[in-house]
Amino acid sequence: MRHGKYPFIVGFLFLPIVLYVGLVLWPYLQTFGYSLTDWSGQSQQMNFVGLDNYSKLLGDDVFLGALWHNVFLLAVLPIVTILIALFFAFMLNVGGRGGTGGVQGVRGAGLYKVVFFFPQVLSIAILAVLWQAVYRTDGSGLANGILIKLGLADAQHPVAWLSDPDLVLWCILGVLVWSGVGFYLVLFSAAMQSIPKDIYEAALLDGAKRGQTFFRITLPLLWETVQTAWVYLAIVAMDAFALVASMTPGRTYGGGPDHHSELMSTYLMRNFLAFGEAGYACAMGVVIFFFTLILSVVSLRVTRRERIEY
Amino acid sequence: MGSATEYNRRDIFKRAAGIAVLAAAGSPLLAACAGGTGGSDTKGAKSGGYNLADAKNPFGVDGKAALEAFIFDGGFGSEYLKAFAAIYAKTYPDAKINQQADKDVTGKLQPRFNAGSPPDVIDDSGNKQIKLDVLVDSNQLTDLQPLLDAPYLDDPSKKVKDVLMPGTIDSGTIKGKVYNLSYVYTVFGLWYSAKLFKDHGWTAPKTWADFITLCGQIKAAGIAPLAHQGKYPYYINVAMLDMIAKQGGLDLMKRIDTLDPTAWDDPAVKTAIDSFYQVVDKDFLLPGTNGMTHIEAQTAWNQYKAAFIPSGSWLENEQLPSTPADFGMTFLPMPSLPGDKLPFEAIRAGAGEPFIVPRQAKNVAGGLEFLRMMLTKEASGKFAEVANSLTCLKDGVGPEVKLRPGTQSTVVALKAAGANTFNYQYPNTASKFDEDLQNSSGELMAKRIGPDEWIKRAKESATKNKTA
Repeated sequence: MRHGKYPFIVGFLFLPIVLYVGLVLWPYLQTFGYSLTDWSGQSQQMNFVGLDNYSKLLGDDVFLGALWHNVFLLAVLPIVTILIALFFAFMLNVGGRGGTGGVQGVRGAGLYKVVFFFPQVLSIAILAVLWQAVYRTDGSGLANGILIKLGLADAQHPVAWLSDPDLVLWCILGVLVWSGVGFYLVLFSAAMQSIPKDIYEAALLDGAKRGQTFFRITLPLLWETVQTAWVYLAIVAMDAFALVASMTPGRTYGGGPDHHSELMSTYLMRNFLAFGEAGYACAMGVVIFFFTLILSVVSLRVTRRERIEY
Repeated sequence: MGSATEYNRRDIFKRAAGIAVLAAAGSPLLAACAGGTGGSDTKGAKSGGYNLADAKNPFGVDGKAALEAFIFDGGFGSEYLKAFAAIYAKTYPDAKINQQADKDVTGKLQPRFNAGSPPDVIDDSGNKQIKLDVLVDSNQLTDLQPLLDAPYLDDPSKKVKDVLMPGTIDSGTIKGKVYNLSYVYTVFGLWYSAKLFKDHGWTAPKTWADFITLCGQIKAAGIAPLAHQGKYPYYINVAMLDMIAKQGGLDLMKRIDTLDPTAWDDPAVKTAIDSFYQVVDKDFLLPGTNGMTHIEAQTAWNQYKAAFIPSGSWLENEQLPSTPADFGMTFLPMPSLPGDKLPFEAIRAGAGEPFIVPRQAKNVAGGLEFLRMMLTKEASGKFAEVANSLTCLKDGVGPEVKLRPGTQSTVVALKAAGANTFNYQYPNTASKFDEDLQNSSGELMAKRIGPDEWIKRAKESATKNKTA
């Protein structure tokens, strides 16, 4: 009686599939369609322009700059976040050496986990407000206030942080890492706890130090989780829209000063909403879509390893 | 001018998904590519549908029809909308009036424009304004000519267009037709505290040379001479472009407005920007002002940390909560340079805060009538009182209306200026050029580029956007 299986499964999945097709796949397809038009975004009238939008993108310095900024985030954000999260997770779960032979985290690990996870429960709006107070450009800003007190910054010419073209992306990166580490720490912690303790105990008996335990045992057994984290973080790096749009200078959706923190997503939104070039913006959306897709596939392929069963 | 930082996660998702979801409102993909549904949706404004001889109801308002008014909740607050709704309700008690005020005009209204069901009257303003040139290009707005030709409510012997401040119709005109009623009459220039100046024995300078000398004295007194809203270079752009207009005259201003690239070769531009650049070169800026939001900079100015700040006349209302009672907010036209074509008293002044009636609104007649009622002396006085700003109604504020010092000083300045007012149109008509100019000004203020580079960039952007 196995031939009744598929209708049965489809019956259950019917609603989710309709929702997925209607609310995800169909709009994606529409975006592809719109990217071939000169749609203004404010009415339903438009003309078919073929691949004009795409060829325009190739010659658009602002867009190419934005692409590089995304690539920069892509190169730095996952590595930094994962390294810090891994280090903390290791210390909180197996890094402690308190008892005799037991495998445990450093003292107060439970509290640290809560504290590190804290940024994750804050909404992006609050993050933006919080960090704007840190990055304020005069002496009332937290960062500038401290630097001035320490004599590291001149009160007459404080650090411009988000308004400094050389610093702005690093500032954004700092916020992204700060707010992301907690989540990946918890993710890695959960994965570490599913590693059987006897493996660690065996290593301890053999006289392994913390470093050796980490590189020889924890990391290989955690590889799948790290891989997932990598893909997630890459997607965050491809987007990072909310922070840049709300924190950096610029007329609409940030990106300043003078496009130095411009991302593909902020440039997309400005074209979509402010300049009335929705068709052009859709073309950018398509580029981002393929970029993210290729990236996910590549990183999943490259990091693929054999699964270890335990 | 609204804050740009109000997001919550839902909005973010909405925006991130916006590219996909907004599109879903319309026609299917293939039909969309084939060119949409132009012209099938004229619900309201048929030009022949009005009886403009009827002073009571020229637009044929249906007294029972609901009216939806949406305003930008910015520097002028939203208190005035209640007063206007009450005036509308006096004539049409049966109409249900839906009042809405929000900072995010684009976020709230773009889906509704696309779906063909926008509100009946909109104050399309602020940082998240839907650009008017875009709306006009998309054929989404009602031509307001009938409103201008309609009898004036307070005095039916006049037409509405006869009672407007000079320049109102100009700023309402986009591509040859009047599409918005720019209701608020705004004066642009520098602002200072009369108290601070009195305490130090300073007098407001009339020439740029005096201004620079005074800035030196102010700096010596331990106060920063100039603050500006650096996160949004829009503001300092006003000061810079005003100096160009005064030096080069109205012709040059018009050439800049029409994106004539050769306008930037005019020696007046170089004179103005070189002179202006002194405030950067001599380090007259409030520390950190280049990265401040408008509220941060203006509040620092209210705390006497800086002497001058550029802004429009919405400043007083926006800063009400942080202005000391004896601050004595006072307006100052941009100081003169030698050889200026316009006198010192000349100011950038013009109608702003564009009110529009969408073409696809359900109650176009009601929207037009609402605008006509806003131009009565009663409504205009109410606005001046609760929003602390003048309206585009000529002599719109009677002696019975009590004004705050800043608004009062703009009345004086406007009287002194007489016919010498000017107003750039490019911020409404050339969004991309405006943005390029603002970015360059941000760089100039931070001393990362000099005046020559600034002019070069302006010229490049004009060239680029002229052809586009």
